[in-house]
This record gives sequence, C-alpha cells and structure tokens, in this order.
Amino acid sequence: MSHTLADLKRGEHAVILDVSSVEIPLKLLEMGCLPGNKVQLVQVAPFSDPMYLNINGTHLAIRKETAIHILIEKL
Amino acid sequence: MSKHINIALIGNPNTGKTSVFNALTGLNQQVGNYPGITVEKKQGICKLDRNLKAHIIDLPGTYSLNASSLDENVVIELLLNKNDKDFPDVVVVVSDVENLKRNLLLFTQIKDLEIPTILAINMADRMSYKGISLDIPYLEKHLKTKIALISTRKNSGIAELKETIQSYKDISTEPCLNASEIDSEYFNRLRVAFPNQLLYKLWLVITQDVNFGKTNRKEIDAITSFKTKSEGDLKRLQQKETIKRYQFINEVLKIGKTVDASQAKDLRTRMDRILTHKIFGYVIFFFILLLIFQAIYDWSSVPMDLIDTAFANLSEWVKDTLPPGDFTNLLAEGIISGLGGIVIFIPQIAFLFLFISVLEESGYMSRVVFLMDRVMRKFGLSGKSVVPLISGTACAIPAIMATRNIESWKERLITILVTPFTTCSARLPVYLIIISLVIPEGSIIGLSYQALTLMLLYLIGFGSAVFSAYLLNKVLKIKSKTFFVVEMPNYKLPLLKNVGLTVLEKTKSFVVGAGKIILAISIVLWVLASYGPGDAFNNAEEIVTEQYASDNLGSEELNKKIASHKLEHSFIGITGRAIEPVIRPLGYDWKIGIAIVSSFAAREVFVGTLATIYSVGNDDEETIKNRMAGEVNPILGGPLFNFASGISLLLFYAFAMQCMSTLAIVKKETNSWKWPAYQLVVMTALAYVVAFASYQFLK
Repeated sequence: MSHTLADLKRGEHAVILDVSSVEIPLKLLEMGCLPGNKVQLVQVAPFSDPMYLNINGTHLAIRKETAIHILIEKL
Repeated sequence: MSKHINIALIGNPNTGKTSVFNALTGLNQQVGNYPGITVEKKQGICKLDRNLKAHIIDLPGTYSLNASSLDENVVIELLLNKNDKDFPDVVVVVSDVENLKRNLLLFTQIKDLEIPTILAINMADRMSYKGISLDIPYLEKHLKTKIALISTRKNSGIAELKETIQSYKDISTEPCLNASEIDSEYFNRLRVAFPNQLLYKLWLVITQDVNFGKTNRKEIDAITSFKTKSEGDLKRLQQKETIKRYQFINEVLKIGKTVDASQAKDLRTRMDRILTHKIFGYVIFFFILLLIFQAIYDWSSVPMDLIDTAFANLSEWVKDTLPPGDFTNLLAEGIISGLGGIVIFIPQIAFLFLFISVLEESGYMSRVVFLMDRVMRKFGLSGKSVVPLISGTACAIPAIMATRNIESWKERLITILVTPFTTCSARLPVYLIIISLVIPEGSIIGLSYQALTLMLLYLIGFGSAVFSAYLLNKVLKIKSKTFFVVEMPNYKLPLLKNVGLTVLEKTKSFVVGAGKIILAISIVLWVLASYGPGDAFNNAEEIVTEQYASDNLGSEELNKKIASHKLEHSFIGITGRAIEPVIRPLGYDWKIGIAIVSSFAAREVFVGTLATIYSVGNDDEETIKNRMAGEVNPILGGPLFNFASGISLLLFYAFAMQCMSTLAIVKKETNSWKWPAYQLVVMTALAYVVAFASYQFLK
C-alpha cells in the first residue's frame, strides 16, 4: 500500500513518488516538491498540522490537506 | 556626461536580496509604489565608476517567473516589456548558497529571456561552515554566466560584483537549456506562427495573463488563438517544464557543487526544536509579544513626554516671540499643536517597526506562521494572517499590504476586513490620554490599573478581529482553493543596516503621510474655530462683559469666559452643536464631537483636534492633558471626562473605522468599493452601539 506525505512521522525520511498535478500548486513544485526528491518531516504543529518539511534541502511548511496529495515511499 | 545603466535585482525570498540592494546603494535609495498598484517599488543609485552610474531596482522576491501574486507579477511585467524605462540592461539574480538548486530555477527562466544575467551567490561566508564547495569556472561555463560570490554579512565580494556588472556586455545572452523540448511539436508551431517573438516570452504569455507593454499588446493578442490546449494540459506542461529545468540544474550541480556530509548538526535544527515546540514554541511567542508591548508602552513613554513638553514650550515661545496677530495664532495654536500630535508617535512606531523587522529578518516570523496556522484556520484565517494582525498594531496600511502572500482569496479577504480592529498606533494617543484622565492610578499585584486597561483594549481589538473573522467565515460564500506553502528560512542574525533602514523608511512614510492630513486638518480647524458668523461671535466681548457685569470677575476669569463664548459661536462650535444630539447619549459634548468627526480622516487627529480647540484663545502654556482634565460637563457639571464617558470614548475608538488611508488601501487591495464601505458602516455602527451601551450602563 502506498503512503502519502501525511502518513510520515516526525523525523522520518521518504522519497516522493508522485504529485497530483490537479491538487498541488505549481509553486510547491518549484520549491522542489517533485517526484524522486527526498523529503523529511522536521517538525509538526499540534494535531500534526501544518507539517514542517525538508524537501530536497528546502525547508517549508504545508498543510495536511495538501500533504495527502503527495505520494511517497518511506525510507 | 556620465552614462547610466539599469540593473534589476531578482531572487527568491529570503536570499538577502535586499541586503545586496542596501550594500550597493546605501542611503541612495527611495521607496515608492508601482503606478496603480500598492506593490512597493525600491530603487536606488550606485556609482560603478567615474562615468558609469547604475540605476538599481530591487524587484519583489519570487520563486519563478510563473506569477501567482501581484508582487510577483511586477517582475514579469518588467522583464517582458523592452519599452519600459526601467527595463534592465543586466539582471542580477541573487541566490543563497544553501538553496542554490532552487534559486537556479528562476535563473534558468530569466536566461531564456536572453537578457544578460549575473548570478550573485550570497552568504558565501557560510560555505565552509556548511561544508559546501563550488566549482565556479564549471558553473560559469554551463550556466553561461558570470558568478559573483558575495557576503553581505561580511561585506565581501561587493566590489567584485560591481566590476562584473560593469563588463555586462561580455555576458552571454544564450539560454542555458532548451525548455521547448518538453513538447517540440507544439513549440515548433508557435515558432512558425510568431517568428519575431522570443519563444519563451510567448510561452509565459500563454500560461499566464500577463499584459506586457501596450505597444506589444496587439501582436500578442493574436496569441489567444494558440490557447488550443486545455488548462489542464497547460498545467501539466508547466509541470514538465519545471521538472526539465530541475534535471538540468541537478546535472550541473552534480559536478559544480559538493557538500561534505560530515558537517556538524546545524543551528537550525536545535533552534527549531525549541522555537516550534508544541508547548515551548507558544510560550516563547507569548513572551515575545509581551516584550513588544512593554517596549511600546513603557520604553517609549520617556521620549513621548519629552516631545509633548517640547511642543507645548515651542508653541508658547512662538506666541511670545512673534508679533501678535492671526498668523502667529495660526502657527502656535493650529500648526504646532497639530504637528505635536503626530511627532509624538515617532517613538512607538519606531519601536514597533524595529521589532517587526527583527522578527522578519531573523526568520522567526515564519515559525510563528507555522505555529499559528491551525489555530487561525478555525477562524477562517491563515497562519499567515498573524503577520498582518501583529503589524496591525503599528498601522493597518502596511498590515493590509502584508496579506498579499496569503494564497487563498477568502482567507486573505477576511484578514483584510478584520485587520482594522487591531489596535493600531493611531489609536494609542487617544487611549493614552483618556486612560490617564479617567482610570485611577494605583496597582494590583504590581500591575498598574492604567496599564491593565491598555492591555484590555488590545485584547478587545484582537478579540473582535478574531471573532468577526469567525462570523465572516460563516457568512461569506466564497469558494477558493486553499493551499498553504510557507518557506522556513534559516535563522539569521538581523543586519543592523537592514533593520535601521526599514525602521527609518517606515517611520518616515508614516509621519509624512499622516502628517500631511493632520497639518491640513489642523489649519482648517483653527480657521473654523477662530472665526464665526453674526453678532454672537463678533461682539463676544461686549456680550460676556455685560452678562457677568454683576459678578465682579477678575480680568483673567473674564477672558476665559469670553474665549469659551467665542468658541461656542464660531463655525466649529455651530457645527459641533448641530451634531451634539447624536453623540450626547454616548456622554460626549460638542467639542469631543468635533474631534470625532475630524478623526474620521485619521484617528490620531483626535488629540490634535482637541489640542487645537482647547488652545484657541488659551494663553496658558499647558499640556493637552491638563486642558482636558479641566473641562466641565456643561449639563451635568463635574469633569467632562469621567469614568463613564471615558470608557465610552475608549470603546468607540476601539471599534470605529476612522482612517481614510485604510479605506483607500482596502479599496486598492480588494479592487472594489464594496468592502471598504462595508467596513466603514459595520465598524462605525458597532462602535456607536457599544459606546452607547457602556455609557448608559456606567453613568
């Protein structure tokens, strides 16, 4: 079963498999959220939302509702 | 004659682009607006050598040329319009060394526009600390550019950057990759149809609605026929383009940039563990807020008292020194009193902008956005609304402009609508003077009643902002796709120069902007208060002397009676008394009424107006506060400013929408008169009702 970014636990690493182009804004892709790139969940706010990520060296935060559209494979 | 060239500074947010701008231009810079929109336009002059001056524009930060906001759009409009007087001869892309990969995306896009482009890699001083090494000749060759390694923090590499700029003509204008490979067939058709246009330019026009240069417009309009692809297809193609660019960048960086993995754990991880912690994060944020308020109320009170006294003395000195007459009176009673009312804000505004710019520069503000997003979303706001709400305690105008990076239109609109509830610095003088008049001194567990009242007013402001956001979220039927991306930049020690320039710039624009309104209103008020129609005004002396003939008043007492009689029958007195029935139930007299009416232009005018009204015909050198304390309620007797009327006035100012500049900015940002009109009506009605209820209850 495939996971989404929302399933990641704090400190865990993963590789991005696919990004739904309908739900995900171009801006996020431009910041490095692309298939093949590595991602780590750095920190979560209460209720695991938003999520503070390190994608490919870029540190950014996105909401859980966005994270569920990004498919990953845990490392 | 010396030549001059145009330089555009472009880069991602948080790369230190503005530091580079400050390093190049120093104090030779000015901040204005792009015509028609409220995006800040920063430009400056830099002398490259004896005969060559550079005109530098610091463009808004952007991650790519695919604009998603008004600010980012400015960048594209300029780069696509060769006829713009600011069109750059050379572009300097400012990148930071740690996020080089992401920064290069924007770089490769600009290269496709065939403009000479220099890559300035900032924060080079962090390279060894991070274990990064760069193969500059290799990078220059493959990126087809010249690279300048700089550090604005260590002030190194700036001279080399200037040299590179000077020889901009040697820089290749060739693109560094062929992005059209993502769909060769489509791009070939495009090339055949518009042989005279740059392919990438066409592509940018197709994928987003930019309107570059009116002269070019017609030619490009024909392009609409080329929007044969569906929006979804275009979006997929844009995605392919981004991937393609990253492939190229990865290839180049594989050899061009090496990172020694054995680097020590960085500061960021350790600091984030505390600052974004589920509990400590919020505690620390709370204490930082406390510190800010402490600075604004406590630390700034000393310079404020000095300013207040200084203006009272100046007014007195002018009266004593200049020959008596209308002009002297206008100067002493109208202009100086009015200006005093604005200059007194400078310490508080400066403190507020100091804190906000330190929080922004250090990277902490992004952590606040992260911490607060979930909470704010409950009220229909975004984590990014925190920044406008905090800035709103300085001034709603920059705060409303700061909502631009909120991606969802609904969240942004709600933030714009509720921001004017937060206690801006213009409300502060009104609060301070009334609190000192009606709230007793004394303290409870070490906190003074007066300070507590002030804090309560801030809480009311913030509370009503959040509560109305909650209501608006339920009422507004706007469907907008929400997405939320916030970059978490590295922690940085704020540069003194950057912070200083921000504080200077913001304070100056506030004082000059508000100062103009206040000065104009002060003069008008003084004229209205110094002249009046008919006998009641012109023969005031005789009337009053006759009236009190039997009372045997001293001459000083009599003069006071005459002055107040005159004021009452002046133009302003007549106007004030006309509106008195409306405000009487709130506990105000006609003088306060005039102050309230005039402060619909800007709240801070309130104190200035009272100062002007009370100083007309008043020869004593007194501070405004003493004059107000001496006012007597004409009907009930006793001081006019008592607990009930004071509280009523405080609450009126807490809720009322009294700032024309804010309404103008809301009109600009929402592009409709509907929303500012809505704010004006709802907030003012609310203010009236609350003030009415509190006065009737407390009286």
